Amino acid sequence: MLKYANPTNFLALAARLIPWLAGAAALALAVGLYLTFFVAPDDYQQGASVKIMYLHVPAAWLGMMCYMVMTSAALGTLVWRHPLADAAQKAAAPLGAAFTLVCLVTGSLWGKPMWGTWWVWDARLTSVLVLFLIYLGLIGLWQTIEEPAQAARAAAILTLVGVVNIPIIKFSVDWWNTLHQSASVFRLGGPAIAPSMLWPLLIMALGFTLLFFTLHLMAIRNEILSRRLRRLSITAAAAEDPEVAGEVFS
Amino acid sequence: MSSPLAALFGRELRIARSVGGGGAMGVVFFLILVSLTPFAIGPDLNLLSRIGPAILWIAALLSTLLGLDRLFQADADDGSLDLFIMSSTPLELVVLTKCAAHWTLTALPLIAAAPLLGLTLGMEPAALAGVAASLLAGTPALTLLGAIGAGLTAGLRRGGLLMAVLILPLTTPILIFGVASASAASGGTVPFHTPFLILCGLSLMAVAGAPFAAAAALRAREA
Amino acid sequence: MKDYTFYIASAYGFAALVVVAAIAKITLDYRALRRKLARFDNKEQNR
Repeated sequence: MLKYANPTNFLALAARLIPWLAGAAALALAVGLYLTFFVAPDDYQQGASVKIMYLHVPAAWLGMMCYMVMTSAALGTLVWRHPLADAAQKAAAPLGAAFTLVCLVTGSLWGKPMWGTWWVWDARLTSVLVLFLIYLGLIGLWQTIEEPAQAARAAAILTLVGVVNIPIIKFSVDWWNTLHQSASVFRLGGPAIAPSMLWPLLIMALGFTLLFFTLHLMAIRNEILSRRLRRLSITAAAAEDPEVAGEVFS
Repeated sequence: MSSPLAALFGRELRIARSVGGGGAMGVVFFLILVSLTPFAIGPDLNLLSRIGPAILWIAALLSTLLGLDRLFQADADDGSLDLFIMSSTPLELVVLTKCAAHWTLTALPLIAAAPLLGLTLGMEPAALAGVAASLLAGTPALTLLGAIGAGLTAGLRRGGLLMAVLILPLTTPILIFGVASASAASGGTVPFHTPFLILCGLSLMAVAGAPFAAAAALRAREA
Repeated sequence: MKDYTFYIASAYGFAALVVVAAIAKITLDYRALRRKLARFDNKEQNR
């Protein structure tokens, strides 16, 4: 395990893993989509619109799991100061934002025929919206700080502050929502879910998770390469103009 | 309070009151935000008195956070921040003291001004007291959360807006319970103390946690 | 039973769009990085 903490070894491992992960993700998503559209029955209340759930629920899942991945990477950055953890953090933020966005948009597309409006200030939707905003802030932070190691430490602190805050936000939004309870709030899905619907959901979730790890690995690889490129550029600039180098390194 | 921190507190107050300190800007910004809202919503006093607590809270949130991006900036520019980091006084306490000074300078006048502005929005006396009390309980948490953002963005060329983008989503709970307790003061289904005590709890949590995060953020600037 | 085809199609379409965009962005970035790194390697060899 430790061997792969070395970026070069990691690149070799990633090159071997990515095709397999990508293939598995494609397979799981294909099976999941087949089950969703040709096997899973329509809900007796929601009709065919329940098919959106097979997309919406895994996206929500991934949006949260991505934050957990980012948190572990943030600990790696702060405790071990490892460049690989920095890269894992940076690569996860846009992916998390993308999955949360898919979750929000599909939820809205489900809500329009079910609730009659594109958006309801429902507790769950609102919490996911705040999560999405936190992702956007993190991306903004990564884009503003030039020095990669410094950006990683700042992002790690913000991620951990966010992790402490997310349960509080969830709690307060729930409280706020019961205070302003609207006339009819449907819960997405339900406590009891028929096996004929559960299997497609689980396989779609598996497909999404594999897709996430594929993309995450690829993005980490990009991040390692771009750091390498940055280092090479600085060294090259130093070779040509020592004064520039002095400025860059100071 | 040990004496280096007392000296720091005094220094912050003196800097803010001196020319170029801009200590009063927060209140003026607050005043402008609140006065602009009726132009957007219309002069209907019934509506304004109903959403008055929300207007005052949003304005307080923005004026507290927008002033905060300068919290560590001047110290980062002139090098005193490095002295704070190297000094034997814990950086966490330095952060807490700076936040206390900033709160005294911007939030306290704002809390004093809020009931007066509430009068122009046609709010009941009970609601005015509720707004003032909820701001008094909630603004420390805003200042301290903002300090984390200020620490993260200190020394960046484009820090100001970024800081608000980073911190505003995290202030959701404070806004929810702040407005809820302000509204609960003038009637409603929940008793005043329920959201108010949670708001106090949030502030206490911020006092306990945020200085560590902000100090870590300041240290993270160094390689 | 109402017809939900539009909503289902848009939901899946949007998700596909986001996923394809992510894959394209990451792959294109990867190619660009490889190309730039290769240029550096060439320079090293020419010296």
